[in-house]
Formats: sequence, structure tokens, C-alpha cells
Amino acid sequence: MTDETTSRSPAVAPAGFARKYRGLSDRAVAWLFIGPSIFLLLAINIFPLIWTIRLSLTNYRANRTNADVDWVGLRNYERILTDPDIWNSMQATAHFLIWTLVLQVLIGFGLAYLINKKFKGNDLWTTIIVLPMMLSPAVVGNFWTFLYQPQIGLFNYVVAFLSGVDPSSFSMIGDVNLAPWAIVIVDTWMWTPFVMLICLAGLRSIPDSIYEAAECDRASRWRQFWTITVPMTLPFLMLAVLFRGIENFKMFDLVVQLTGGGPGSITELTSINLKREAFEKWRTGYASAYAVILFVTVFGLASIYVKALNKVKER
Amino acid sequence: MSFSVTEPSRLQKSVAGALVVIYALVTIMPLAWIIATGFKSPNDAIAYPPKVVFEPTLEGYVNLFTTRTRMSPDALEEIGPPETWYDKIVRQYDMVISGPSRYGERFLNSVIIGFGSTFLSVFLGTLAAYAFSRFKVPLKDDLMFFILSTRMMPPIAVAIPIFLMFRQLGLSDTHLGMILLYTAVNLSLSVWLLKGFIDEIPVEYEEAALIDGYTRFQAFYKVVLPQATTGIASTAIFCLIFAWNEYAFAVLLTSGTAQTAPPFIPTIIGVGKDWPAVAAGTTLFLVPVMVFTILLRKHLLRGITFGAVRK
Amino acid sequence: MKSIGLASVAAASLAVAFSGSAKAEDLTLCWASWDPANALVELSKDFEAESGHSMSFEFVPWPNFADRMLNELNSGGKLCDLMIGDSQWIGGSAENGHYVKLNDFFDAEGIKMDDFIDATVTGYSEWPKNTPNYWALPAFGDVVGWTYRKDWFERPELQAEFKEKYGRDLGVPATFAELKDIAEFFQEREIDGNTVYGASIYTERGSEGITMGAMDVLYSFGFKYENPEKAYDMEGFVNGPGAVAGLEYYKELYECCTPPGSSNGYMSEGIDAFKSGQVALQMNFAFTWPGFESDANVGNGKTGYFVNPAGPDGEQFAQLGGQGISVVSYSDKQDAALEYIKWFAQPDVQAKWWEMGGFSCLKAVTLAPDFPQSQPYAQTFLDSMAIVKDFWAEPSYATLLQDTQKRFHDYVVAGNGTAQEALDGLVRDWTETFEDDGKL
Repeated sequence: MTDETTSRSPAVAPAGFARKYRGLSDRAVAWLFIGPSIFLLLAINIFPLIWTIRLSLTNYRANRTNADVDWVGLRNYERILTDPDIWNSMQATAHFLIWTLVLQVLIGFGLAYLINKKFKGNDLWTTIIVLPMMLSPAVVGNFWTFLYQPQIGLFNYVVAFLSGVDPSSFSMIGDVNLAPWAIVIVDTWMWTPFVMLICLAGLRSIPDSIYEAAECDRASRWRQFWTITVPMTLPFLMLAVLFRGIENFKMFDLVVQLTGGGPGSITELTSINLKREAFEKWRTGYASAYAVILFVTVFGLASIYVKALNKVKER
Repeated sequence: MSFSVTEPSRLQKSVAGALVVIYALVTIMPLAWIIATGFKSPNDAIAYPPKVVFEPTLEGYVNLFTTRTRMSPDALEEIGPPETWYDKIVRQYDMVISGPSRYGERFLNSVIIGFGSTFLSVFLGTLAAYAFSRFKVPLKDDLMFFILSTRMMPPIAVAIPIFLMFRQLGLSDTHLGMILLYTAVNLSLSVWLLKGFIDEIPVEYEEAALIDGYTRFQAFYKVVLPQATTGIASTAIFCLIFAWNEYAFAVLLTSGTAQTAPPFIPTIIGVGKDWPAVAAGTTLFLVPVMVFTILLRKHLLRGITFGAVRK
Repeated sequence: MKSIGLASVAAASLAVAFSGSAKAEDLTLCWASWDPANALVELSKDFEAESGHSMSFEFVPWPNFADRMLNELNSGGKLCDLMIGDSQWIGGSAENGHYVKLNDFFDAEGIKMDDFIDATVTGYSEWPKNTPNYWALPAFGDVVGWTYRKDWFERPELQAEFKEKYGRDLGVPATFAELKDIAEFFQEREIDGNTVYGASIYTERGSEGITMGAMDVLYSFGFKYENPEKAYDMEGFVNGPGAVAGLEYYKELYECCTPPGSSNGYMSEGIDAFKSGQVALQMNFAFTWPGFESDANVGNGKTGYFVNPAGPDGEQFAQLGGQGISVVSYSDKQDAALEYIKWFAQPDVQAKWWEMGGFSCLKAVTLAPDFPQSQPYAQTFLDSMAIVKDFWAEPSYATLLQDTQKRFHDYVVAGNGTAQEALDGLVRDWTETFEDDGKL
């Protein structure tokens, strides 16, 4: 009817008295629409966070509802920061995080690059590659214990087949040196497709014209790769690393089913350690302090990273 | 050779294709192995070298859905010969079926809690996303980041106060409690995704409607919503996949009544290493998700990255 | 004839007794998911018939049992009316109000604790220990013992080779040193075309496996939880030279004489290893023994049983297992639940329980003259129950257990540090916990 230009800012209703005659005002609708969500998030995320902070300053134990609860101030934080077990689990988490990110980025980007060559049937094969990441991590961890069994498992058998090593001579989840790699392998199996998808989106977003211009300038394929492909995919890659990083920092279900944190505590990631403190030893106050420290760490790291990511995006 | 400089050569395509196919086959092997194990007998499942060719049986599935008791030979004589095909399978081991297992219930709980929380989070998410998209909400960017940051907490950490809260409110081990919890966790995903989808719907349609005399609410309902259906469908499926696969909250906050399948499946192994039953349980649990993945593959990227990457 | 007569008289009198109870309830009993639980399901059909109540069961496999059930109790859940909880939960459940105290009920119904094996009353019912405060009825007696391949031990060529190497006969070991010799002898030996290994022992990290296994050995080497004269005084008792030697022994046994891939094994892995003919010796709880008798591979006399051997100084103990049955205080059906306990405590029900594979704790059953001959493992069970020791049953038992799990697994399986360091660390961990509890 009317010839509105597209430069109008979104959804500013006609001002003045006409608004009130159109049912609920925009403001009311906005609050009505956002309200329940914010309420639910406050109830299930913020209120508990505040409660956790409060708990972290006490020596409360959730299994002793009859016992007295004392205020202990920052003592829990002190104990956590000086506890060698906590540092051990931070180390285990760091090892897991770094190696999964490195492998997933390398393999994911490589796969995306190959798929981008648009060979016949790549839709089908892409769908197949994507399947592992849609599964329940706990269930995946559980069935990989079967695959990793030294004598009857598929994994050892395939390794033996390819390398001639005796299949019962090594145990991926029983050996202190191999277990950290066992969890890295399973996580990489599961989540490389995720990184691949993001890189693929990134590769597809590079307009052909840039490559054509480079060809005109007689730039070699190699040079094109390093000066066009990689920089333009970098923001996407960094996004993938951000998401995978946050997820793997929180990692619990896959590893707890696969190794239970063992052997010893070599794969006891921070979430597993936290679960032990909170729900097996029932040291609720102590565990709450631990949770606060973890949250602050991941929040801090993520914020720094997001700032860097935004800078790269703007380039 | 090639017609465009950016089109890969035939050779490049074949090499790329070959490598990708190899990777796909390698990566699907573990999954195929588990599905196959569901159809083996327990002895075949733990055979060494691993059996690629085997005689399929439904023993794993029978064990998955039943509880059995061992009986003495005399008692077995009294009961008489097995009648149905599943009785026969179980009788091989001197056992008799004594009732259904809990797997069916747990699967059903996953369905109820999964779909319930998905419906709620998509419903609330659509409303909130619309508001964020169309209105000048104060502190909009901060609120959006707050919503995203709720996903940064390790679930175990969140579970500590939630455990206490649920205990107080009597929501421990209830369907309602789990639905509320999953809804809250999924809200971050659904608000971000739906905002992205709704942002893409041109504002002009609503403005036209408003000018025609529709209320804001009617404009939302009659104009925007129909256009957002694909976005809503994609979001719904991603929320469902999260709720379906979730383990940490389920294992800590549920027990006999509301326990979903992920905490239950590892316990199917029982005392005697019944891997075929575990594999059977795993396979059945994967089926809905695999179906969704195949149906949904075009929208995959959007959903998994919170709409951060657009096609 | 006589037993049928007794049974019908019992049934009749029970029917009269129960006719006074109010409405028919649906009770849920929670236990671990294992063979004895299946036997209990069958046994409970008698209770259903007599009382009119119906029984449902919630069984969880052992590795997840403690986690799930303690979580349930701590959240005040109403899932379980009756709980057959592990012996170590008694302290926590009593002090935190999870279980109903049964003293008055026992007195009213004439159930005497003297009728049950003393070790089981102390281990499964009492809190504080050695005081007449009862929170459970001993339901299932269990203890760690050993099985061995009697058929292999009887082979003349193996006997001759063993005698030549060690200077004594190949037979049931009387000490742990002898046990290790036997395990080494069988390690990686070819028998009937298969490679076999020495022994299967507990190494599980997640719940309680390696603690149960190592403690079973440590007790006989002189390990004590505390100073007998002074409670919670652990220095020198937990980490004394005997204890260190015992833990080193356990690690050596793990490294020299176990099958590959046994870094995280508990009861079901042990059963598998033994049944599949992988090992000559197997450490496991007694509840597993009936299953071996009826097994195709190792049944019919191929399996022998022996008590935990003695340590270097002649001390001989075994790790207590077993559970008592309690009424959960959050249940709405406590009266009906108590009826079940009353029914279960009867001598003829207990006798039937033993027949079906449940290890009854009633003296009338276990001290009956024909008991040792009733099953090939009965005598070993009796002998083992006479020498039991149990882990802490304190309210913070879960913390103490997790500390032990970590220290033992880190040293024995992961190979970190020395036995002395592990045990010193354990003393520190336990001290910290007891200080938090106000006991130190």
C-alpha cells in the first residue's frame, strides 16, 4: 500500500495516541514476551549462582541436614588454590583442551577444504561424517570402553592389524600414559565434524571473485591459500575454537563414562573432580567454592577470547 | 582443463573425494560396530579376534527389555518348555523372563522430558527472540550476552544449588523439575537462534499489518510466526537433541521416577557383561537422533553455532 | 513331608498375624542388581501371598549403586520403602536420619540380634559400633574370599613342576607369599591351548573396588584403621611398616600376575575372568560362588574355594561385604515395610533364602549341622565370616572411601610414588576429614 523505504528502523510503531488503540502497547508486549524467559533464567541460573557463592563461604554438607553450618569465609578458596589435586585436574583439563582443539582444528579444516572441492556425492558423505556429534556423549563414552578393551576391542585389533603390535599388549584406558590420549581420540572423533562444518561455512563465504583476481595477479595456489583462504576462514575457525573450548572445559559425561577419571587421576578433569567433591564426598561448601572459581576462569577466558575474535572479524 | 579458475580440477575432486570417503568410513566404523554388536550373542560380542561375520540374534534386544531370573533345573521342569521365541532365547541359559526391564520407562521419560522442555523453550524463546528483534529493549546486548553466558557454567557446578533447590521444593526426581531445568538451559540456544531467524524476516510485513489495524500481538501471531516456521522447526530439533542427550543433570537429579535413558544405558550391562544388551539400548536411543540429523542436515550449522554462522 | 508341614503351619500363622494389617500397599525395595537380588524377588513372592502387599524392586548395578542410592537418600526421595544398603552406609544413614531405628520394633516382635552372626550384627546393623542401637536387620552375609581352578591344581604334570620349583605341593595357599608363588606359576602359562594368567584382583577406581581388594590384603599384613586404645589416632597404624609391605605386595601382585587390561576391575570383571578360564585364582565376594557352581566352564567340581590367606606375621582377616535391610525414614509405608522385615527375619524364610542363593546371617541356618555340606563353598564362607573386618562406617564414610580409592589407585595402578607416600597421604586425608567432622 504505502511505499515504505527500507531505511526505517525496525518495528517502531506509529507514535502517539494511536498506539494505545492497538491493544497492548509495544512496551507491554515486549515485557510480556521477554519476562517469562528472563524469570526462568534468573531462577535457574542466577539465583543458584548467588546461592552457590553464599554456600562457598560456609562448610555446609548437603548430606548432613541436621548438622550446624558455620561461616568459614574464604577458607574454602584458600584450600582449593593450595590443593595439589585441584591443580592436577586443571592440568588434565588443559592437556585435554589443547590437544582436542589442535587435532580438531587441523582435521576439521582439512576435511572442510576437501569437501569444498565439491566432488560428487559429498552431501551423503558429509552427512555420514556429521553423525557422531549428534550422539549422547555419555552413551558414546560408554560404548567406547567396549571398543578400547585390550583383548576383545575393535580399536586394539585395528591398531594391531595396521602395525603388527600385539593387541593385548596395550590398554588405552588402563595405561597411565595412554589414557589421556584415549579421551582425546574419542572427543576428536565426535566433534571434528563440528569444526568442519564451521570451516566449510567459512570457505563457502569467500567469494570466487577474490580467487579470480588472485589468479589474474598470477599468485600461486600455495600463496592463494595462505593469503586468502586462511585469513578469511580465520574468524570462523576462531569461533569454532571458542565453542569447542568452552564445551571441553566443562567436559564431564564423555570422560566420566570412558575412564572415570582414571587410571589414578590422570584423566580426572575439573568437572569430574567437582562431581566427586560435591556429590560423592558431599563437601558442598568446598565444592561451591570450586564451582565459582571454575566459572570465573571460563568466563574470564571467554571474554578475552571474544574480544580478540571481534577484532579479527573487523579486519 | 577446467572452465573456471576457481573450479577444482577433476583430479583434485577425485583425490578430495577419496580422502573424504576414507575418513567417513573410518569414522562410521565405531558406530556400525556398536549397532552390529546389538545383534550378536554375548559370547560373540566378546570374541577374540573380533567377529565381523556372525550369526545374528535378537538376544541383546530381548535382554534389554526384560528382567530374568535363573531357576534350578527342577523348577524349570515344572514350568515346562518355552513357548514364545523370546522365552526360547532366555531358556538357553536356564533363565526365565520375570518381567519387563526399566528401559522402556526410561526411554519414555526421555521422550516426555525431551519434548516437554523443547516445546517450552521454543515457545518462550520465540516470544523473547521476537521482542529482542523488534523492540528497543534496554540493555539488549548485555541481556543477550547474559543469556549466552548461562551456557558457560559446567553443569556439575549448576547442579549443586539446583540439587538443594529441588530438594526444598520437592522437585527432585520429577518430570516437571527436569523439564524446567532443561528449558532454562535451552533458552540460551533458542533465543539466539530464533532471534537470528526472526531478524531475517522483513519488518515491512508487520508494519503493513500494524497500519492495517492489527495489534502488535496479532501481527506477531499472524504475520511473523508463519514465516518463522522453518526457523522454529530447526531450533526445536536442536533443543530436543540437547535434552535427549543430556547426562550430567539427569544422573544427579533423577532416580526411579524421572530417570532418562542416558544415565540408565551404562547400567544395562548388569553383572555379567551383557554387551549386546547395552549395544541394543544404545542403538535404539540413537535412532531418533540419527533420523533428525538426516532430515535436518541443511540447518545443521546454524543450530550448532547458535546462529553465529549464517549460510 | 516334615518341611511341607512346617511351612503350611508357618503360612497359616503368618496369615493370622497379618490379617490384622490395614490396607494392601505397594512396597519398593532397593538393592544392587545382582543374582542374590533376583533370588530375593522369587523369595518375596511368599511375602506377597501371605501379606497381600505387592513388591516392586529397584535394582542398580554395583558400580552405580552407592552413587545413585546415596543421592536418593540425601534428597529425601520416596522411591525406596525398604533399602538393602551397603554396610558402610550405616553411620551416615543413622546420623542423618535416613533409616528408621529398629530397636523398639525388634523388641515388640521378639526379634533378637543374638540369633544372628555377631560379626553381621556389628557390621550391618549397629551404629555406633558395638552399642545396641540397630538400624538394619542383617540380610545378606558376604565376605571376600578366593576361588581357584581345582581341576588345574590336580594335573600331575603341573603338580610335579610346581613341587620342583617351590619345594612344596601345589595346593591351597596358607599365606599371601604362597599365593603369589602360585599366581606367578600360572602367569602366561599355556593350558589347553590358551594363555592363562595368575590371578584376578580388585582394581576398580570409580566406586570402591580397589579399596575392598587392597584392604582385604592389608588387614593381614598388620594394617589397622586406628589405635585400639585411642579412636581416630591413625599415625603408625594406617601407615605402619606392615601396612606399607601389604600395599607393596598388592602392587607387585597386580603387576606380575594379572591379565592384561585389568586396571579397572571389580566383581563382574572377576567373574568374567574366572568363568572364561583366564585365571587360576580369583579374589571375589562370596556371593559370586553359587554362580560358579552352575557354570558350564568352571562348574561341577572344577572350582575350589579358600579363605583369605594369612600375612607374614600370621594375622588373618578378610574384608567384610554384605548388607542389612532397613526401612527408609522418608517412606510413607513404614508399617508395611516393617511387616516385610518381620517376615524376612523368620528362621524358615532364612533357610529358604540360603537355599535360593542368599547368604543368610541367621545362626540357626549357618550353624546347623548340615550347613557345611550343603554347598561346596559353605565351609569357606563360615571360616571367612569368622575373621572379618570392615571399612569405616562413619557418616563421612564416602569421603574416606574416595580418599582411599584415589591413593590406592594412584599407587597400585598408575604407579605414582611409593606405598609409604600413599599411606602417609591417606593419613593426612583422613585426618582432615575427621577434623572437619569434629571428631579430631
